[in-house]
Amino acid sequence: MSQLFSSQKFRRTALQGGFILGVVALIVSTVLVGKSNIADQGMATGFGFLEQTTGWPVNFSIIEVTGRSTYALVLWAGLLNTMLVGFLTLIFATILGLVLALMRVSSNTLIKLVGASYVEVFRNVPVILQVFFWYAILTHLPSPKQAYSLGESFYLSNRGIMMPAPALSGGDVLWLTASVILAVIFLLLTRKHLQSGPRWAIAAGAIFIVFCILLLTGREPDSALISVPQLKGLRFVGGITLKPEFTALLVGLTLFGASYIGEIIRGGLLSVDRGKLEAGRALGFSTLQINRLIRIPLAFRAMLPSLTNQYIWLMKGTTVGIAVGYPDYFAIVSTSINQSGQTMELLALLMGGFILINYSIGFLMNLLNERIKLKGRN
Amino acid sequence: MAIEAQAPPPSATGPAVWLRKHFFATWYDTVFSLVFAVLIYLALKAFIGWAFVDAIWRVENKDLCTHDAGACWAVIESRGRLILFGLYPYEEQWRSTLACLAVIITIALSCLPSFWSIRRLPILWIAGFATFVLLMRGGFAGLELVTSEQWGGLSLTIFIFSAVFVIGMPLAVLFALARRSSLPVIAKSFGFFIDIVRSLPLLALLFAAAVVVPLLVPDWLQGNKLMRVVIAFAIFFAAYQAEIIRAGLQSISQGQEEAVAALGMPYWSLVIDILLPQAFRNTLPSTINQAVITFKETSIVTIIGFFEVMASGNAAIGSGEWGNQYVEVYVFLALIYFVFVFGLSRYGAWLETRMRLGHA
Repeated sequence: MSQLFSSQKFRRTALQGGFILGVVALIVSTVLVGKSNIADQGMATGFGFLEQTTGWPVNFSIIEVTGRSTYALVLWAGLLNTMLVGFLTLIFATILGLVLALMRVSSNTLIKLVGASYVEVFRNVPVILQVFFWYAILTHLPSPKQAYSLGESFYLSNRGIMMPAPALSGGDVLWLTASVILAVIFLLLTRKHLQSGPRWAIAAGAIFIVFCILLLTGREPDSALISVPQLKGLRFVGGITLKPEFTALLVGLTLFGASYIGEIIRGGLLSVDRGKLEAGRALGFSTLQINRLIRIPLAFRAMLPSLTNQYIWLMKGTTVGIAVGYPDYFAIVSTSINQSGQTMELLALLMGGFILINYSIGFLMNLLNERIKLKGRN
Repeated sequence: MAIEAQAPPPSATGPAVWLRKHFFATWYDTVFSLVFAVLIYLALKAFIGWAFVDAIWRVENKDLCTHDAGACWAVIESRGRLILFGLYPYEEQWRSTLACLAVIITIALSCLPSFWSIRRLPILWIAGFATFVLLMRGGFAGLELVTSEQWGGLSLTIFIFSAVFVIGMPLAVLFALARRSSLPVIAKSFGFFIDIVRSLPLLALLFAAAVVVPLLVPDWLQGNKLMRVVIAFAIFFAAYQAEIIRAGLQSISQGQEEAVAALGMPYWSLVIDILLPQAFRNTLPSTINQAVITFKETSIVTIIGFFEVMASGNAAIGSGEWGNQYVEVYVFLALIYFVFVFGLSRYGAWLETRMRLGHA
C-alpha cells in the first residue's frame, strides 16, 4: 500500500483526477446555484429571446434597426458597430503610426522630437480619458444653426460632423462590394501571370469605373452626384453625419493606438541589422531602394507578432465606447441583459463574439506571417 | 601615373557642423526643420498663453472665466478634493493622503534593486497594502470607520491598482507554473483558461464580476461589488502576467532544473530559490510595462459605476457650475495619470538599458 502512494505514476494520476473532479464540482455547483437563483427571479432560460422584439432604440447603426427589431438583429448591429469602429481604427492608427515611426527614426532632431513628444503624451494617458475628452469637445460645439462651416460643405456642430458623400443607394453599395470582391479574386488569380504594377492598376481602374457608372446611371435626372449637407430648419439634411459618439471613440482610439503602433514599427525598423543596410549601400542601392527592398520587408517580419497583439488589443479597446454612448457589441449586450434578464445566454454571446473577432484577426495575421516569413530554412 | 596627395577630410566638430547635421543636412531637412520650428513655436505660445499667462487661478476670480480667457484653474481649487478623494469624509482626508503615500513609497522602494528578493518584495507589498487598507478603513484606535463605499477619487484608483497587483502576482505565478506543469491535464486546462481570459475585453470580465457572479455563487460567498471586481481584474492581470513569467521561465536553461533534481532539492525550493528569481529578473521590463498598463486600465472601472479618479473628474464637471471647464479637468486628470505612468515607464526603459549592459 505504501508502495502505491510513493509511486510517482499513481500520484500523478491521483492529482490530475482530483483536479478534474474539483473543476467538475465547481461547474456543477455554479450551474445548480445559478439555476435556482434564476428560477427564483422567474426568468426564462434558453436562446428563445433572440426572436423577440427589443422595444428599445439603438442610436447608431449601419443596418436598419428600430424598437421593433429582434434581439438577434440588434446584437448583429452591435457586432457590426464594433467591427466598423475597430477596423477604421486599425487602418487610421496604422497609417499614423507609420508616420510617427518614420519621424522617430529620422536624422532630423526636430522631427524626432515632435514624434517622441506625441508618443509620450498619447501613450501615457488612459484611452477612456482621451475618448471622454474628445466627446466633451465635440458635444460642446455650437448647435447646427451656428455650426462652424468649412467651404459650405463641411459643418462642425454638436450633433456631429457633416460632410459630403457620394449619393449611393443601398443597391449601389451592393454593386460596389461585388466589384471589390471580383477585383480581389482577379488579383489572386493573376498573381502568377502578370506583374504587380499592371495587376493593381487594372483592379483599381475596374472598381473606379464601376463606381462612376453607379454614380451616373439609374438615378433621377436632376439629382446631384454628390450629396452635400444643408441646413433645413434645426438640422442638417443630406451628406453623411459622423455622430459625436462615433467620432470621439474613433479619434480617441486612433490617436492612442497610433502611439503604440508607432513604437512597434519603430522597434521593427531599428531591429534591422545595420550590416544589411550597409551591404545595400555598398551594392549601390539608393536610399529609397534600401528602404523598399531591404529595410521594410525585414522590419515587417520582426514586428508582425507585436502588431497582431496590438490589433487585438485595439479591437477589445472599442468596448470603452459604452462610456460615451456608442452602441458597440458590449454596450448592446449589456443593455440587453438589463432589459431581458437573459444574463447567461447574453454573456456567452458576448464572449463568443469577441473570441470570434480576435481569432479572425489572429488567423489573418498568421496567414500574412506565413507568406512573409523566411522561406526554405527554419 | 601618380595620385596626388589630398588634404584630409575636414574634422566635423563645432556647433555649426552639429546644427547642419541635425537640422539642415539636406534641402528637405531644412524645409522640415523650418516648418516644424514655426509650428512648435506657435503651439507652445498658444499653450503657455492658455495654461499660464491668461489663466485664472483663484475661485474669487471665477467670474473672469469666459470663453476667451485662458485656462480656468479655479475649477481645480474648487473641485480638487472631490477629484482626489471622492466622497471620503472631509475631516478624514488626511488619512486618505497618508494611505496613498504608503502605496507610492511601496512602489518607489520596490524599484530599488536592494529590495529585489523573492522574500522581501512580497512582504513589502503586503505591508504597504495593509497600511493603505487600515488607514482608509479605520475603525480602530479612535479612527472613524469609513467603509469602501465611501472611498473614491485617486485613492480608490490606487486601491484598485495595488489590490490587483497584490492578488494578481501570486495568481500569475500559480498560472505560469500550472501551465508549465508536467501533468498534461493541469497544463492544458490552465493554458485554455489563460487564453480565454486574454481574448476577452477587461470590461466584459469586470461587468460579469459585478452583475453576473451574484447569480452564480451562493450569498455567503459573494462579498461586495468592489471585492468581486478587484478579483476579476486580478485574474485578468494574472493571465497576462503569467505569460510574461512563463517566458522568463523558458529562458532558464534546462540544466539548472536537472542540477536541482540531482541535488535532491524539493520542488518548492526549486521554484522559490532557483526559477522565480531568475524568471522575474529576466522579464522585469515586461512586468513593469504590464504594471503601467494595469494602472491605466483601472480607469475602466468607472464604466461599471465606481467613483475612482476618472469618474470623480467627470462628476466635477457634471454640475452646472463648472460645466464649461471640462478641458481643464481632463488636462488635470491626464497629468495625474501621466506622472505615474511616465515615471514608471521611464524607469522600465532605464532598467532595460541597464540589463542590456549586463548589470542587473
